[in-house]
Amino acid sequence: MMDFLKRTVGLWIPLLVVAGIAAYPLITGSDSNREAMFSILLAIALASSLNILLGYTGYVSFGHIVFFGIGGYAGLYVMTVLGWNIWFAVLLGATVAGLIAYLLGSAILRLRGGYFALATIGVNEAMRALTGNIDALGGPIGMDVNFSLYKPFGGPGGMLQFVFWSVVALTVLVIIISFVVKKSKFGLGLQAIREDEDAAEDMGVVAPRAKTWAYVLSAIIPGALGVLFFFKNGHIEPGEAFRLALSIEMIVWVMLGGIGTVLGPVVGAGLYQETRKLLLTNAYLKNIQLAVAGALLLAIVLFVPAGIVGWLRSRNARLRKVLE
Amino acid sequence: MDTLAASLLDGLLIGLLYGVAAMGLTLIFGVMDVINLAHGAIMALGMFGVYLLFSEMGMNPYVALIAVLILGLLFGVIMYFVAVDRVIDESPLASLLSTFSVNMIIIGIGTAIWTTSTYNVEYSLGTVETGPFTVTGARLMAAFLAVVITALLYLFLNKTRPGKYIRAVSDNRGAADLMGIPSHRILALAFGIGTAIAAVAGGMIATIFPITILGGSTYELKSFVIVVLGGLGNPLGALIGGLILGAIEGIVPVFMKTTWVPVIEFGLFVGILLFRPTGLMGTKK
Repeated sequence: MMDFLKRTVGLWIPLLVVAGIAAYPLITGSDSNREAMFSILLAIALASSLNILLGYTGYVSFGHIVFFGIGGYAGLYVMTVLGWNIWFAVLLGATVAGLIAYLLGSAILRLRGGYFALATIGVNEAMRALTGNIDALGGPIGMDVNFSLYKPFGGPGGMLQFVFWSVVALTVLVIIISFVVKKSKFGLGLQAIREDEDAAEDMGVVAPRAKTWAYVLSAIIPGALGVLFFFKNGHIEPGEAFRLALSIEMIVWVMLGGIGTVLGPVVGAGLYQETRKLLLTNAYLKNIQLAVAGALLLAIVLFVPAGIVGWLRSRNARLRKVLE
Repeated sequence: MDTLAASLLDGLLIGLLYGVAAMGLTLIFGVMDVINLAHGAIMALGMFGVYLLFSEMGMNPYVALIAVLILGLLFGVIMYFVAVDRVIDESPLASLLSTFSVNMIIIGIGTAIWTTSTYNVEYSLGTVETGPFTVTGARLMAAFLAVVITALLYLFLNKTRPGKYIRAVSDNRGAADLMGIPSHRILALAFGIGTAIAAVAGGMIATIFPITILGGSTYELKSFVIVVLGGLGNPLGALIGGLILGAIEGIVPVFMKTTWVPVIEFGLFVGILLFRPTGLMGTKK
């Protein structure tokens, strides 16, 4: 038992952090706290998903938000038009996102470095423009969730509870996936690709297949989250579903916390969201919060490129054992 | 037929401007493999530079473009040493993020000063009319300047010593270093020139369209498409890529809804990245 705990301590720390975030609104019994924690958990889950591709495999997906949007559109379509219930819609959102990632990945993962990054931006923008032209998806106006869909939860209040706990569950799930992948032979292959793709292939890693599966894994949770987020939001439209700025923020969260670590995205997303709230509520910094956030990011990229967790790991051998 | 021709002409004229907008991005990528994500924000600075010099100081907007060019060059060199030089040899992620943080800083400060409202440079060069075509003087002037800027850049890169240094560093930085070329200073110069062209392109846009501080992002996305069409790292290709994009924007709305234009543009963009990553002309660096 002790042995198991010791081997998995790198998993328990991020899970404890998430448990703390999830419990905070329960303890304080405040709805506004729940909404604040919701946005942090959403950020953590998105960042951790992206980290599987960005951190482990080293492929910079700049338009990763595309899967969030695809999931949202797929989910809201089957719920509002076909009358599916939310469980199946979430499953479908995840499946569609994964499927598209598989097809897309087989094609664009051949590109490396900046070319891949550009292609992901192109895919996101193409999807945004395309959904705006599809009348079945509401065109540029998008789709609304009929309030009657909130009835099974006992109204909007119950729906908010339900979505919150679903996002908690997905966050836990993605952290477990992150940890298991990192410790697996598959994850080792991904990290080998990150360090030197050609050498990895020489050592027997089937790079195209491994990369594609990393892409799929990093896409399914955002797909599911998209369904929940836009269901809660009550509305989806192309500009919101495929927001490139959010996509770039996802990268910032991962970088801030520590790229390629399990704990990093948790720390980075949480810290970034809290800092931004602080800046937004400060009378002096409110107007230039974006500039302050930019300066912080620049400082991290230039001076602490490994992120907070990576920096801690490099400073102390004991921390290296407990922080994954 | 007349509508098509007029629309195509309009598209091609704007396309030349798009080409210049993308030229700075592709120059920087070609020389140092950095995708400058502050490109759109720098264009926005150029827009507001022309706006301020014209509206506050009464300078002719086309004279203001020269001031913007010089300021843009300075800004680019400083930006290179602050944000890019340290990460130039690291993974592409580092420079993507460092330039993106500069983007955030510019947009953040710009929003605080000008908010996100729309501004206009109220200056007209009249219109020119021949047969079915009616073109504003500002558009003709912008297209003309686009050709001039491209020619000047071409001459600079091919005929002057610093230009040749830039090409040498772009071909092989290690070898250039060994030949005694101060590669980091040359990289800074190239970055400065790319930035200056982006700022001037922004200024030219301000003479035609209303501007906002966020207005550069649209052109940044278009620039990505153009740069890939013309071949990443190829400044002359950018002009041709711009013309192609302009032609698409001119022709497509005649036959389909305008909203299909970005679908076609970005579809083409991804397709070319996949099948002809060196661009339509297929020049290999």
